[in-house]
Amino acid sequence: MESHFTMLLGVILAVLLTATGAAQLLKRRMGADNLTIQNLTARINAWWVMVAVIGVSFLGGTAGVVILFAICSFAALREFLTLTNTAAADYWALAAAVFVVLPLQYLAVGMGWYGFYSIFIPVYAFLLMPILSAIRGQSENFLIRVSEAQWALMIAVFCISHVPALLSLTIPGYEGKNLFLIFFLIVVVQSSDVLQYIWGKLLGRRKIAPNLSPSKTLEGLLGGILSASLLGAALFWVTPFSVLQAFALSLIITLMGFFGGLVMSAIKRDRGVKDWGHLIPGHGGFIDRLDSVIFSAPIFFHVVRFYRDLH
Amino acid sequence: MIILARIAASLVVGFARAVTAVRGVWCGTAPVPGQRIYFANHNSHGDFVLVWTVLPSALRRRTRPVAGADYWLTSALKAFVGKDVFNAVLIDRNPKTRTDNPVEQMSDALKGGDSLILFPEGTRNTGPTRLLPFKSGMFHLATANPDIDIVPVWIENLNRVMPKGALVPIPLLCTVSFGAPIRLVAGEAKAEFIARAESALISLAPDKKN
Repeated sequence: MESHFTMLLGVILAVLLTATGAAQLLKRRMGADNLTIQNLTARINAWWVMVAVIGVSFLGGTAGVVILFAICSFAALREFLTLTNTAAADYWALAAAVFVVLPLQYLAVGMGWYGFYSIFIPVYAFLLMPILSAIRGQSENFLIRVSEAQWALMIAVFCISHVPALLSLTIPGYEGKNLFLIFFLIVVVQSSDVLQYIWGKLLGRRKIAPNLSPSKTLEGLLGGILSASLLGAALFWVTPFSVLQAFALSLIITLMGFFGGLVMSAIKRDRGVKDWGHLIPGHGGFIDRLDSVIFSAPIFFHVVRFYRDLH
Repeated sequence: MIILARIAASLVVGFARAVTAVRGVWCGTAPVPGQRIYFANHNSHGDFVLVWTVLPSALRRRTRPVAGADYWLTSALKAFVGKDVFNAVLIDRNPKTRTDNPVEQMSDALKGGDSLILFPEGTRNTGPTRLLPFKSGMFHLATANPDIDIVPVWIENLNRVMPKGALVPIPLLCTVSFGAPIRLVAGEAKAEFIARAESALISLAPDKKN
């Protein structure tokens, strides 16, 4: 298992080195003032940091991965709540969401307690948070405030927590290797984002969602999703899946990732912002980088669980 | 005590970053060395911490908030935080009881080479209006220090992070926007200058949607 990891890490470092080299070449050709190249360089540099952070968290095993994604959830929740209409009357509901619901969800994920983490937010938090808001007796915008807070928790905490939750799936013959499931999910979904961007820049002509995300093209979508799914199929040997299964799963999660990006763009458009935040240079906020993972992680988790008939 | 105050200051700045991921937007001026009077909207006790956090550390060390002695001298801990950690210029807001002239206190701090952060609304604004009417102290300060840039600073969202009576802060992104500096124009009347300062500040506020 360790030799697999070292090898995969080597491949990723080689890809990043190539990207950095290509960006340097482009910078020399197009000039250091070119904004697209500056953004590209910032994005690639941020990838170096993200790969380093994920690598370190993997060394920490279950605890490391759970803590990493709990921090991502915290940052994502902070970004999402910023754009909501929640009012002072929602103070206790929001305080509970951040300081009680988020830690409990990740505690349960760390314990591998499926019966808790799979329903805690959709059932308990769903019903208890509006109660906390209603007690304050302010009805103005009530449904809007409550629904937005629910969405914030579902997107930023529930969905993201399904990445580390992959560690608690017990797949016969695959014990102790679940980190590779996370590796598979992140590499396929994120490289789909990058490949959609590259295919779109090279061949993109037909816009698919001009009102929501003007840079998304049909050529980018098809090229990105197909090439990322081929990459997923090529990674079958680190997964419990066959080549065909790995390809089909990759197709599902890259499509979910694409539509996740679309949904999150619709929210940004509505609220009049370009990015969710600013903490990841070149990318925007945590949700900007995680939108595709947010939509694919729970589906990936449940498809694997259902198909394998795991309990 | 100084080391303790330094550590406390870093902790406060780190905490502010963790909760708000605060970002400085230098739209009308740059974070360059030099003496300034920053004036900001006031919604929360944490306001000047955010301004402080986004200043580069070299500027931060020479920037002192102006705060009410009636709030900061009520307990030993608050006095330590106010005087030692933030190095605040503490003024008595009550004209009847005060012995020191606040404008002189602020001018003395400026003579010492420091910059100031002040909240000309005079008290925290917890109402629905974006700004309360400014107190006149700012005009007198500008009259006494005509050669110092006066920079409007809009703090966005901190009132949602710490609503009145909040026990713990709700993590939300905040921004601190620095506008173009203003100065007192020769012959400018008090009301004119105050109105100009108010509109310079409010022009930095993002348009509210919905």
